[in-house]
Amino acid sequence: MTVLVALALLAAFSGGVFLLGRRRAVRLAGGAPASLHSLPGYHGAWVALWAGAPAALILFAFAVFGGRMEDAALRAQAPAAISQLSEQRQEVFWSDARAEARGETSSEVRWEGDLGAAMAAKVSEARQITAYGRIAALALAGVLALVGFLLAFPRLSKDFRARNRVEGWTGVLLIACSTVAVLTTLGIVLSLLWESLRFFQAVSPLEFLLGTSWDPQIAMRADQVASSGAFGAVPLFAGTFLIMLIGMAVAAPVGLFSAIYLSEYAGPAMRATVKPLLEVLAGVPTVVYGFFAALTVGPTFRAFFNWIGSFLVGGPMDALGQYLETVQNQMALTAGVVMGIMLIPFVSSLSDDIINAVPQSLRDGSYAMGATKSETVKRVILPAALPGVVGALMLAVSRAIGETMIVTMAAGLQAKMTANPLDTVTTVTVQIVTLLTGDQEFDSPKTLAAFGLGLTLFVVTLALNVFALAIVRKYREQYD
Amino acid sequence: MTDIAAARLKKRHAAETRFRVYGRTAIIIALSFLALLMGRIGMQGYSTFTTNTVSLSVYLDPARIDAGDLEGSNFDYVVALALLKKMGETDDDYGTNASEAMDLVSRDLGFQILNRLKAEPGLLGKTITVTGPMKANADLYYKGQLKRETAQADRRLNNHQLDWLDRLKADGDVKSGFNVAFFTHADSTEPEQAGILGAVMGSAMMLLVTALIAVPMGVLAAVWLEEFAPKNRWTDIIEVNINNLAAVPSIVYGLLGLAVFINWLGAPRGAPLTGGMVLALMALPTIIIATRSALKAVPPSIREAALGVGASRTQTVFHHVLPQAMPGVMTGTILSLAHALGETAPLLMIGMIAFNPGIPEGFTSSASVLPVQVFIWENASERAFHERTAAAIIVLLVFMIAMNAAAVILRRRFERRW
Repeated sequence: MTVLVALALLAAFSGGVFLLGRRRAVRLAGGAPASLHSLPGYHGAWVALWAGAPAALILFAFAVFGGRMEDAALRAQAPAAISQLSEQRQEVFWSDARAEARGETSSEVRWEGDLGAAMAAKVSEARQITAYGRIAALALAGVLALVGFLLAFPRLSKDFRARNRVEGWTGVLLIACSTVAVLTTLGIVLSLLWESLRFFQAVSPLEFLLGTSWDPQIAMRADQVASSGAFGAVPLFAGTFLIMLIGMAVAAPVGLFSAIYLSEYAGPAMRATVKPLLEVLAGVPTVVYGFFAALTVGPTFRAFFNWIGSFLVGGPMDALGQYLETVQNQMALTAGVVMGIMLIPFVSSLSDDIINAVPQSLRDGSYAMGATKSETVKRVILPAALPGVVGALMLAVSRAIGETMIVTMAAGLQAKMTANPLDTVTTVTVQIVTLLTGDQEFDSPKTLAAFGLGLTLFVVTLALNVFALAIVRKYREQYD
Repeated sequence: MTDIAAARLKKRHAAETRFRVYGRTAIIIALSFLALLMGRIGMQGYSTFTTNTVSLSVYLDPARIDAGDLEGSNFDYVVALALLKKMGETDDDYGTNASEAMDLVSRDLGFQILNRLKAEPGLLGKTITVTGPMKANADLYYKGQLKRETAQADRRLNNHQLDWLDRLKADGDVKSGFNVAFFTHADSTEPEQAGILGAVMGSAMMLLVTALIAVPMGVLAAVWLEEFAPKNRWTDIIEVNINNLAAVPSIVYGLLGLAVFINWLGAPRGAPLTGGMVLALMALPTIIIATRSALKAVPPSIREAALGVGASRTQTVFHHVLPQAMPGVMTGTILSLAHALGETAPLLMIGMIAFNPGIPEGFTSSASVLPVQVFIWENASERAFHERTAAAIIVLLVFMIAMNAAAVILRRRFERRW
């Protein structure tokens, strides 16, 4: 809040400085504006930038990193009383001290005796640090704004190259914005790697990648027996793969045939109506597909299989019938089919682009030889478009693997290694959600496992994307 | 033509027809999925937009209401007695009748009485009329979703209660009308009082944060990459990087937000600010890609003309090229914000799953957003919440369709072919 007010004041100050600088430039020109190197606005903008930008950076850095610095300052001197506490308890102590100082709700732990005194001391220290930090940041920003203005303003003159300087600032801003994308990637990679490394200290990577038993226990207390759990992720990979396979079995044929029909057979009127409708399907949020899967598709499938089972019971296929009667809502088939529906527009629009990129001369050549349309599609267009179509399908696979909401709402939680689409399976993304949405401390292997899974997911989807994009790009170059 | 050739031709034409049928079937399947999806959600959700309200004359019995401790008095029981009196029955020793009556009428009526008594203590001992919603199960009965034909053990209301409901309806004490509460209330544990206003406000605040961060940043980054950047290995890396970021699963952005924003920088959990920042990072690559293609579509002659009359490169870009590309930029931006509006998974990671019974107070306080509200209600066991889930989805889809339509209109209206 303080930072927002300070930023508003700063903006007002910069605005005033801008007007001052511009007026000064007009005066310098003395009635002959053409004698200025730069337009008066650039003079104003340059002064305003010097007055505003460094101070704004300081305020921004304070808003982002201030909390961390306060925390570090507070922890610099740990009271003797808490040294006997376990590491987790110490964390609770510190977070309580900060929450108390800010007037937020703290944990329900009661700190008594020595600890109570230490807590009271730390709370008042935290309040002090916050107050000093705020004053220091505001003062620094104010000084920077004034100094910037005082240094920049006297330098304005007729020949001053204000435009070039302002454009230099603009260039820096543009480059800074572009690097955010790189920083995001770095942030993803580093945070996943960092937390995963901590996870792999507790669980060996081999056990994680090759183990066949997934059972992350909830460690209620640190000293609890059997709190380790089993972290073999193979059943999750198997479940993810099964659901992806079912999804692609729906999306690939339907999406590809729609794309072929739309680009080779359909007239302009049909294209104009069907393509936007497919785009609507693509724009539906995944949580909506999840709702559809959980409350419509799942119960329908279950009723259907139970119904078939009721015919088979007592007959020659009694065992199968018995099994079908026990099928539940949360089966791999439900999640897979709905995921396939979600992927149809994705596959069809990508394939449509690729099929349209095949040059007309190839089609004309084929027709001239007397081939029918379908023969042209099968023998000429598809072979020419094959690498691109494969790339599109790989992008769809990567989507299917990373999709979260449909499987969270429609697939189950039981980690099983099965190829039976009527069985309950769980996926990597479901487990990430389950591990991280409960209430537990952040450092347990259980929550860290989510980052291990996230890293695996990131690496696999990244590899698929890089490979697919490379194929698609290489293919496009052939005809351009 | 020989017989063999004619037979072969027939076969080839048959193959042609089959192929065409496959294509048509694929499109019909895709469109019927769309129709099924929309139809089911419409069917499940439309009934939420009407609701049944009941008017009861309640005797504010001084024996049952403690004027000194209004908050501690059981107003639900007072309302239940009023309903029983209307039905010509009295409560038995075990309170069975009263609790059956309490199952029919929302606790909202009790709150109304409490508030009126607080404002006007003189009402004690008088009879007042209060109007409020029925409980969710009673509402479902009036809407025909809870049927008398179902065996008594399998439904939430017994025959006795259904008789009461029928009598209330016949006497005209229950009226059906537009469900205003659904749009003016935040989440609640009672389905009949749960609304989407809190989630809509949360979504709006989060989308504002996302737009304020992602739009300027994405547009400026695209301008640099497209207009200024030298072609070298570094810019190649940035470009490949952006293309790959666009395809990273959204849940990974959630993990990033959790590790960096919440655990490292101490951002508030489940707040629109944090959610907006995560979604901004997610929307950034798509905005950059859309802006770049819009900038590419501006012909070089515009740039050359501006440079020719003496504009600097920066002036050329910001005075001429970017304004010409603006419709394309806006279209791409709106589409990616619409996508962000429907995103759920990364928000679950940053703790946006808490129950929030109020309108969010600010950008740093806990809030829920529409898609997460859908997820939370879908998980609720009560049947009435499923109806509300579908209605929340309808509202979400209306917002998304409005945004998409705006993008299409922008594209149609302002797009220039050079």
